Amino acid sequence: MPEVLVRARGLTKQFGGFTAVDGIDFDLYRGEAFGFLGPNGAGKSSTMRMIGCVSPPSGGQLTILDSDPVRDGPAIRARLGVVPQEDTLDVELTVRENLLVYGRYFGLPKKVIRERADALLEFVQLTDRAHDKVEPLSGGMKRRLTIARSLINEPDILLLDEPSTGLDPQARHVVWDRLYGLKQRGVTLILTTHYMDEAEQLCDRLVVMDHATIVAAGTPRELIETYSTPEVLELRFTPDCHEQGAGKLRDLYPERIEATADRVMLYVSDGDEALKRVRGLGLEPSSSFARRSTLEDVFLHLTGRRLID
Amino acid sequence: MSEPGAVSPIRSGYQRVLPPLGDLRRLRGSTHLIERHARAYRHMWLVFASGVAEPLFYLLSIGIGLGVLVGKVPGPDGSLVPYREFVAPGLLAVSAMNGAMYDSTFNVFFRLKYEKLYDAVLSTPVGPFEIALGEIGWALLRGAVYAVAFTMVMTVMGLISSWWALLAVPVAVLTGFAFAAFGMAGTTFMKSWQDFDYVMLISLPLFLFSATFYPLSVYPRAVRAVVEWTPLYQGVTLLRDLVLGDPGWDLLWRAAYLAVMGVAGLLLAARRIAKLLLV
Repeated sequence: MPEVLVRARGLTKQFGGFTAVDGIDFDLYRGEAFGFLGPNGAGKSSTMRMIGCVSPPSGGQLTILDSDPVRDGPAIRARLGVVPQEDTLDVELTVRENLLVYGRYFGLPKKVIRERADALLEFVQLTDRAHDKVEPLSGGMKRRLTIARSLINEPDILLLDEPSTGLDPQARHVVWDRLYGLKQRGVTLILTTHYMDEAEQLCDRLVVMDHATIVAAGTPRELIETYSTPEVLELRFTPDCHEQGAGKLRDLYPERIEATADRVMLYVSDGDEALKRVRGLGLEPSSSFARRSTLEDVFLHLTGRRLID
Repeated sequence: MSEPGAVSPIRSGYQRVLPPLGDLRRLRGSTHLIERHARAYRHMWLVFASGVAEPLFYLLSIGIGLGVLVGKVPGPDGSLVPYREFVAPGLLAVSAMNGAMYDSTFNVFFRLKYEKLYDAVLSTPVGPFEIALGEIGWALLRGAVYAVAFTMVMTVMGLISSWWALLAVPVAVLTGFAFAAFGMAGTTFMKSWQDFDYVMLISLPLFLFSATFYPLSVYPRAVRAVVEWTPLYQGVTLLRDLVLGDPGWDLLWRAAYLAVMGVAGLLLAARRIAKLLLV
């Protein structure tokens, strides 16, 4: 059995009368990448702040690295790396100085910090910007610098709160690439995200949070097997046939159909076979696309299509 | 004995401001924040240097310029002293207050609300008390540099007439401590830049009316009683009596006044940082 680094039982966070996290249970094992997936306001960041020992739990049990975060906060924080949702880089310092100064907050010797800083700048591909100020850097560069900064103390656990939110596609892929590299090195990652592709790419195990509770847990594969079908057949009809088509299909697949304004999605075991049956009903979709189920299907199934901001 | 990891009803780890006695090494965290400021000011050395100039400008314009018109005024022991010798220690106290207030109000507010420096620092082993101690410590370090420069100028200009003046720099730092701690604690209650009008509302009258520019004896009795209890007046009296070589026992409780104000401000500032950021 792998070593448990974080254990939560009935973990709760309340702000006044508002319950942000409502009695969640989870275990984090050494060496894995663990994700909290959920819409905005589901309680992911509150959970991350409690694990980061900067937010006292309101109830339940939380054990981090065999210690109590309430009593041993500073000792635990010494072994964590934190990439917060919003960058908190030091804009009065240069890129390299950000690492040097941050390392000192951990009480590390200057020589050790200098060596690590240079290696980390290399790792996040910022060596040529080492002596620039932080402000002119692009969003992706700032994120990579924040990741480098979080690694200066060689943490046992790296906490990433929405690591790629707000980045353009290229920058996101560079960030993922670096995080994947860390995973390969055996760094334990906890991340929150509302991007399915991020969760699918990076997480060995994940939990889906909604309304302050965990609504599902497992590997991406397990979640798809449990909460979705192997394949999804997406159909589009010409606008005048859309209603009619959706209606007929609802009779064919009453349990496993989702109709949006412009698409009909059928959750099936075999997409091609389903398409044949659709055509057998005399329906001719203007386009059809059979694909494998993704986490997005799971996510939408579990948290619904409502908009949360 | 509760189960490990169970949340105790009293969340002492977060509410506690001071580290436990067995763990005072943690206070070293405050020096790391001071190192950070020293490094940041390397990029703004001119800002740092300009702090030396301000009190000197006051000394030249008011001490020398106005001093020519004023002539002599009664010193602490009642004997007449040249106005520039009288006003110089007062200006030293004022500059200790202003420098400390500037660092601990504007700069702390910026770091707290905009730069999110303390959020970043609190995710490391450094805690809220070390942050407050580091900020105030930095303000004092900077203030000490300015006080040394000012005292050296006073010496060169022949404005110092007693060996007691050796205590001027530590007393200026003590004055700075009281105001830096008070200023930082107050800043944690501020919501926007408009609230900084309150800083002026407090520091300007203190600057003008704390017997800085004239002896307390010019006030009517009732006003005198009020001024005697204001904080800057303690700093002005301490510095003036020392520099002019007439220290009395009252200076001890005046110093204690400033020390208590500083410690109270420090503890309140630390508590407020914890309350604002560790939620």
